[in-house]
Amino acid sequence: MPYWLEVLANNFTYLLEGALSTLRLTSLSVLIGLIIGTFVGMGRLSRYKFLNYPATVYVEFIRGTPLLVQLFIIYFGLPQLGINLPKYPAAIVALGINSGAYVAEIVRAGIQSVPRGQYEAARSLGMTHGQTMRYIILPQAFRNILPALGNEFIAMTKDSSLASVIGVTELMRTGQIVISRTFQSFSIYGGVAIIYFAMTFTMSRIVRWIEKKVAIK
Amino acid sequence: MKEEILRIENLHKSFGKLKVLKGLNLVVHKGEVVVIIGPSGGGKSTLLRCINHLENYQKGKIYFRGELVTEKTNLNEVRAKIGMVFQQFNLFPHLRVIDNLTLAPVKVRGLSREEAEKKAKKLLERVGLSDKVFEYPHKLSGGQQQRVAIARALMMDPDLMLFDEPTSALDPELVWEVLEVMKDLAKSGMTMIVVTHEMGFAKEVANRIVFIDGGVIVEEGTPDEMFKEPKNPRTREFLRRILEV
Repeated sequence: MPYWLEVLANNFTYLLEGALSTLRLTSLSVLIGLIIGTFVGMGRLSRYKFLNYPATVYVEFIRGTPLLVQLFIIYFGLPQLGINLPKYPAAIVALGINSGAYVAEIVRAGIQSVPRGQYEAARSLGMTHGQTMRYIILPQAFRNILPALGNEFIAMTKDSSLASVIGVTELMRTGQIVISRTFQSFSIYGGVAIIYFAMTFTMSRIVRWIEKKVAIK
Repeated sequence: MKEEILRIENLHKSFGKLKVLKGLNLVVHKGEVVVIIGPSGGGKSTLLRCINHLENYQKGKIYFRGELVTEKTNLNEVRAKIGMVFQQFNLFPHLRVIDNLTLAPVKVRGLSREEAEKKAKKLLERVGLSDKVFEYPHKLSGGQQQRVAIARALMMDPDLMLFDEPTSALDPELVWEVLEVMKDLAKSGMTMIVVTHEMGFAKEVANRIVFIDGGVIVEEGTPDEMFKEPKNPRTREFLRRILEV
């Protein structure tokens, strides 16, 4: 076995641990993103300015600034204000807030994709705005935006590699650690890339499967 | 005279600069079937949507069951007692027929699932769809979907039913099955306001026909009066045109 391959093989389980960390980081971030995004997405469509304006500012600001800068503000900047977040939580918060802005736009488009008549039919039965959103609009919107949410999850998986910069030992960082010991950049980064690809490819398949599963038969 | 269900006084509604309703007055009593006819763009649908408060209006008063609807009125309660049937059916595609019917009674009225399902099955039988209880809406024909929509509105025990061109989106051969259900409903004493172009239905079922054009009621009367000797030239012209076809 050539040396470069041996190094990769010997460190593969370590890299997989990093991959597991990446998955955890991504899942938690997207979960936060989904919660933020659902409410901000609805806020973006609200006719009330006190909901609409902050939602718009949040979405525009987050989408208009680099994720790396956001990460640094939360990890290096907040301690100056007395808020000390350890690496891992800081990464989750930064990625979650970032994801929230993108999910908000997806949710907004999803809500708008549900025909107006659905809203009116529900309201004409005496349901409140909240009930209508919860039982009629959001379930349909969610089905419509599943592909986009899947893409968001995949994008987040890749973006989470930025957390390596503040020292979170996710997949990218574990790769760097192995390289600093072995100097086998090509094989290790190659292995890292393959593991990322295996994860995102599997995700896109799972999303497709769920899509079929929840499609209105 | 019977109990008043609906009273509209001097209703004005405009979309931006476009004035759709210009001082419309209408009174509907319990058990009455009022058919609204008139050219498109005349304000028929807008009137129904104002009655159900799906649209707000700039001026005028609407009384429902003798009570003036104001800013303080709980519109959800008013809407719950007014059934609405739409041209495009608007069934909830992600819910089975039975769940389309039970959702609002359970969530709005606090009915138990069992009670609601029992009632739903009864109503589905009434509209001739006992075999479609567990289907999803898109498996149904347009006529069947519209009958489900009628049953869904009836679940709330409305005091007034509004029909907004209920057969206009249907294939011609499916129109009768919806009209049959509506006739049956009318005979059972339901108060109904129906916007339609089905003149046969109007002749047979309506107590009163109201001709709306230009945002006001131009003429109203019994089917006999309206079809045999309409007084207003615009009514005459309109009826001549649609009856000729």
